[in-house]
Parts: sequence; C-alpha cells; structure tokens
Amino acid sequence: MQFISEQVHQIDPAFSQKVKQMADTPLDRCYQCLTCSLSCPVAFAMDYLPNQIIRMVQLGLRKQVLTSSTIWLCATCETCVARCPQEVDILRVMDALREMALGEGEEGKEKVITTFNQTFLQSVRLLGRQYELGMLLLLKLKTRDLFTDLILGIKMLLKGKLKLLPTRIRGSKEIKAIFERTKGEV
Amino acid sequence: MNRIGVFVCHCGLNIAGSVDVERVVEAIKDYPGVAHAENYIYMCSDPGQDLVKEAIREKGLDGIVMANCSPMMHERTFRNVAASEGLNPYFCEVANIRELCSWPHEHEKEIATKKAVALIKATIEKLRRNMALTPMVVPLTKRALVVGGGIAGLQAALDIAHGGYEVVLVERYPSLGGHATQLSGTFPTLDRPPCLIAPTMAEVLSHPNIKLYTYAEVEEISGYVGNFTVKIKQKPSYIDDEKCDNCGLCLEKCPAICPAEYDRGLSQRKAVYISPQAVPQKLVIDPVSCLHFNGDECRACEEVCPTRAIDFLQEEAFVEEEVGAIIVATGYDLYGKENAPEYAADPDVIDGLQFERLLSPSGPTRGEVRRPSDGGVPQEVVFIQCVGSRDQEHGVPYCSRVCCMYTAKQAVLYKRAVPQGQAYIFYIDIRSDAKGCEEFVQRAAEEDGVLYLRGKVSKVFREGEKIKVWGVDTLTGKSLEISADLVVLATAMVPSQGAKETARKLNITSDQYGFLTEAHPKLRPVETLTAGIYIAGTAQWPRDLPDTISSASGSASKVLSLFSRKELLHEPTIAWVDEEVCSGCGYCVPICAYKAIEIDPRRRVAKVNEAVCEGCGACAATCPSGAMQHKNFTAMQFFEMIDVATGAYV
Repeated sequence: MQFISEQVHQIDPAFSQKVKQMADTPLDRCYQCLTCSLSCPVAFAMDYLPNQIIRMVQLGLRKQVLTSSTIWLCATCETCVARCPQEVDILRVMDALREMALGEGEEGKEKVITTFNQTFLQSVRLLGRQYELGMLLLLKLKTRDLFTDLILGIKMLLKGKLKLLPTRIRGSKEIKAIFERTKGEV
Repeated sequence: MNRIGVFVCHCGLNIAGSVDVERVVEAIKDYPGVAHAENYIYMCSDPGQDLVKEAIREKGLDGIVMANCSPMMHERTFRNVAASEGLNPYFCEVANIRELCSWPHEHEKEIATKKAVALIKATIEKLRRNMALTPMVVPLTKRALVVGGGIAGLQAALDIAHGGYEVVLVERYPSLGGHATQLSGTFPTLDRPPCLIAPTMAEVLSHPNIKLYTYAEVEEISGYVGNFTVKIKQKPSYIDDEKCDNCGLCLEKCPAICPAEYDRGLSQRKAVYISPQAVPQKLVIDPVSCLHFNGDECRACEEVCPTRAIDFLQEEAFVEEEVGAIIVATGYDLYGKENAPEYAADPDVIDGLQFERLLSPSGPTRGEVRRPSDGGVPQEVVFIQCVGSRDQEHGVPYCSRVCCMYTAKQAVLYKRAVPQGQAYIFYIDIRSDAKGCEEFVQRAAEEDGVLYLRGKVSKVFREGEKIKVWGVDTLTGKSLEISADLVVLATAMVPSQGAKETARKLNITSDQYGFLTEAHPKLRPVETLTAGIYIAGTAQWPRDLPDTISSASGSASKVLSLFSRKELLHEPTIAWVDEEVCSGCGYCVPICAYKAIEIDPRRRVAKVNEAVCEGCGACAATCPSGAMQHKNFTAMQFFEMIDVATGAYV
C-alpha cells in the first residue's frame, strides 16, 4: 500500500510494529474519538493532532511521524492518557517516538526543543545542577539565535536571578553515575 | 341509547396539562343522552376501571364513552370493563383526546379544551348509532405452513413441531439450509456453520410432525386465518426418489456442465447435481443445463442408472394442503456485484458469499484461500464494505446490518489461513452492535492485524497480476493506492428473488425494497397485517443468525399461541351488504385486499365472506350506492360525527 497524495509515502509495517513494541500499549484499539486531541493543552501548536499521530503509526507513516512537531511539543501532562476510553497510553507512544527520532537522527521541525533538552542535560551532567547563564549562552550559540529574549535576560541578571558563576552540588558524582548508567539506552 | 356515561382521563398531565378536564365534564354533563360524566387521573388503572364499573352498575348506563388515549392503547381494556358489567363491548367507544387533542395543542389550553368537548360529543353520536355485535367463531386447522427452508424456516418449523402440531415445510431448492450452509464461519464466535446447522436440518428431516416439500414452491393460497388452503407445486427432479439409491453414477457420466449456484459460480457442477451436505440427499436434474432438455439426444444418466430411476417424463405435480397459519421465511439474496460496475468485472473481485465459499472446507478450494483467476494465494486482500448498502444511487439506502461483522470475520479467517498476508478493510462506519461484536472487531484490528481504513474506494482496476484499488483514508485525509490480489465486496442484502411474488400470493404487504412489512414496527414485529400470516428472518429485514432465529422462534410462538386456543374469534366490525340497495356492480370485488367479497351469481349482489373480511373499509368507501356498509362505521355515523364536531366551530 502507498499513499499517493502530495508525495509518495511508502508505508512501513515494521515501524508500526516497533512502536507498538516499545510503547507496549494497545494502540490498535484507537477508534478515533479524538478525546486525546480535545484534551491536549498544546494541541493548538501541533502540526498533527495526537489522534492523527496514532493513526499514522497504525498505518506505518514513519517519516511523517518522526519529523512531526507533535512528538516534541507534547508536554507529557498525561491528560490524554487519563481520558482515553480505550486505555491507549499515548504518552508512552510519544516517548517511544521521541526515542526513535533521536536514535535514528531524524531532524524534526522542533529542533530547538531537542537542542534545549540536550544543553540542559549537559549542564546537569557536568555540575550536578543547572547553571542557567552558562546554559543560556551555550543554547544561544548552538541555535545561532542571539537576540531573542535578550532584554529579559539582562533584567534577570541585574536583579540577581541569574548567577554569574556556576555552583556545584555535593552529590555531583552520583549524578554523573546516573548519567553513565542510562547512557546508551537512548 | 339514553343513559350514556362519559369518563374523562387526565393521563397524569398528558391530557390534563392542556385540556381543562373539569370544564370538559361540565360541558358534557348535560349533553342529550348523557347520564353520567366524571374525570379521573388514570382511567386505565385498577381504581379507574373500578370507577367505570361502579358507574355502569349504579347509574344503569347503557353505553360508555372513554375520553382518553388512542384506541390502539386501551380500547380493549375498556371494552373488557364494559363486558364485565354485562354491557355489549361494542357499546364502549373511545374519544381520543390525547394524540388528537392534548398533544398537538400542548400550549393552547382554550383550543384543546374546546376540541376535547367536540371530540367527545362526536363520539357520543357515533355510540348512539352502534349495533350490538358479537365476535364470530371460526374453525381452526391446527397445522402450519412454513415457506422457506433456510435457518429461519427450519427453526420455526421445529418450534411448532416440538409443540405437537403438524408443519408443512416448503423449500424451493433441492436442499434445506439456505444461505447459512454456504457460510464459512459465524461471528463473533467463529463456529463452523455446517456443524451449527446440520443438526437442525437432520432433526427437521426426521421429525414425525414435519412434512417436507423440497424443490417445491407455493403456487396459490386461499382462505383466511385458521383455514388456509395452500396449493404447492412440486418441481420435477426427473429422478424417481423411490428408486434412486444415490450411487452417483449419473454424476460421473453427465456431460453437461454449468456454474454451481451453491459455490456462487466459483465451481462447476453437472446438470444432474446435489449440493454438498444436502438434506435430504436427493439428486436433481436441472432442465436448464441438461442436454436432453435442450434438443440433444443425450441420455447418459438414464443409460448408466442401475436402478432405472431417471424419468425424463416427470412433470410438475400439485398438492393441496390445509393449514391454519403460515410463516413466511423467504430469506435474502446478495445485491449482485454486477450492479456496482465501479468495482470492476474481474474474476478476482468477488462478493461476500463467494469469499465464504473460498474459506469454507466444503467449498471449491477445500477451505484454502486461492484467488479465482490463477489459483494463487492472495497476499493482499482488500475488503470493501457498503457496496450498494447505504447508497441512494443503488436504491439501497438502508444498512444491511451484517456486512461489518462478516467482513471482520472474513478478514480474521483469511489472516488465520494466510498469516503473512495483509487484510485491508474500507469502511464508512463500523456497526458492531450485537453481543460480543465490538470486541471482535477490536480483536481483529489489535490481534489479527487487520488494517481498517475509514473511507470509500473510488476505483478498482486490473494492472497486470494485481488489482489496483484507489481509495482514501479519511482519518489522515490522504488518498491511497493498494496493489491487491483479491478484492471482496460486502454487497447489500436484498429480499430473495421472487419474495414480492410470494407476498402477492399471500396477500401480505412488502416495503419499497421488497422486504415484508410487519403489522407494527415496534409492538407486532413478527405478525403481518393479514391475520394468521407471520414473518421470520431476513425476509423481513437484514439480520444476523441470532436475530433470525429469535424472530423465527417469535413467529413460531405466535402460531403456537394461535393453535392453543379452542376456537378462533373474529372481530365483528366488518363489512355487510344491504342487499336491497346493492346493484351487483362489482366495484368492491377488486378493491378488497383480502379477497373477501364475491358477487352472488344468481342474485347479482355482493357477498362478504365474514371470516376473511378484516374490516378495512375500502369496499364501503368504494360502493357507489352505499349498499356496502361497515358495521359500526356507517356513513350515517360519520356524517353525524362531522356535524357535531364542526358544529362547535360555526
């Protein structure tokens, strides 16, 4: 089977299978009642609604799903999971899809979110806690977006909300160990 | 009649909410002939009925007018009340001040009250001119006819036979069982129908109370409830059943070949044939394909038959049977796929029953799924639902009810036969309302990996080895193309061929599609408007096996309750002829839907067969001279009613 509108999207039954396996939730039960999308607080910003993502996974539209903004915009609030009448754990599906997108190097429409997450974790791994100013500067460099929120940043700095120098925590060794342990699972 | 009692019911607030019942009683109290008038909250309740009884007794009433709901609801209740106090039940009349008055004038209290008074006065005028009537006693033949030997007819016949009454079962094909024997499995339990239906067929065959006519048709029916005469046409099988020992030599030698109906054309049969698992085991020669009957000298079967059972000279035989009740179970046919040319005339585009045959162990492929064109195992199968059904263009706007489920079942059975294959189902909605069915569809998608695509198919066409299917998945809003090996169309269920003609012979009505019409869609679902004739199964409407069997058992229980009576009472509000006035013009004869009127040839006047007349009034309305009258619904009564009712408004 293939989709013939816009461009040809070959369906990939293996993709469908893999998501079902990773998410370990009965997503074939979905009967498209749209409760998830109607409950979703960030649905307005998504390119595909959560119910559409489920449908696309069922059909095996790998590329479209993994490059969608939805999987990154999902705030993991779990409202959809709580409300789904068919007990589909949409959150686990989204988690699985994010993992796959990262693992397979699919660049989504929301690359900045991935970059932010990575920069944040980098900071935590190094210091055991967040060093906001450092992370901000690094993110600015990485995304090459130097001026957004600049004034706000300066105000925060002047009010002492952003510390100039990083601080360490006592258990930074243990934090590092956590990172070591989870490495490679992504 | 000058001591009439009027009883006005509140029906809670149904009537009292818009009709001022107190004022109605005031207005009626002094109307000429009225001796008593009162109101009560629920006349139909026990205390309400007691009220009426007491008034009849104490005031010596000679007629009562019940002002309440429709006579369909409680006419019988109050007639029984009247009878219990020694009044003739036909001296009880109902003025419908609910459906005809309080409901349509819900917010117009003045109008409703005035109209209620007018309706009651008109009813009093009718009652004044009523005759005292007694129901007629008609004889009752405690024997039933069942038309159709499918699962519905079999079940109905068995139920009646078990009740201890004789049954005549007429089946037009050589074998019993109908479409149910063609199925590969049932939803949602996946039983194999041969095992499901074979015991029923065997029991019918051997039951001492069932007289079987297979390969026969109902030719003519006359009579009325309790006393039908049925003429049955026994079609010639050209084989003497007494002599034939089913050795099968004729089957081997017969040179004439034609498509087998039983496999819906997916296999071939000889001109002499028997379907697999036929009950009874009787061979038949089909004169349409037999060479002998088509100008050829062939007598191959006759020559090889060791028992000399072949008889080319056999002719149609007619038998008459007397029965008291009839159950019509003529079943369904599939809407032909040739009517849906958008889905390509291709050997690999088949209908639902054909796929049942492919899946069935008794089918042309012994249960292996093979495509008809080249015998290959289909790796991608597309099922298309609602072919014809729910389609105004095809003249089948109704839902065929079973296709969603049988398609799901077929897809599951296909996946079990070909585990690496892929099944796609195009659907508009999934209607899985029967017990266990929603869960079955869920399992089909979840466990058997059937891919449901919500949308219609726009085009099906052959491209080399494959059949291309263009469709749309409306859930993603994308069009798609599938290269399929086999396409299965879930075509609509339509009444079986000849059902309309059977209905005409039986004098029962069918709807615009040809499905038989029940007496009341809610309250009398297995009766027809002709007393003594009942309907069962898919002749009435598309339904699945359990629904079919319930409706068959329902109609059988109606027959049994009819037969359990000692005698049959017939409603006496029927037509009668004023022979002084009748000129014998005969206008009333063809208008009578029940064939109850004939012209007395000697005296040249119309004669009503009182047991057959259903009291519809068509003859009385047609009669140019007013000689034909409807008892207790005479023209005189109606004119008086109109005068009084309209008098209030001039």
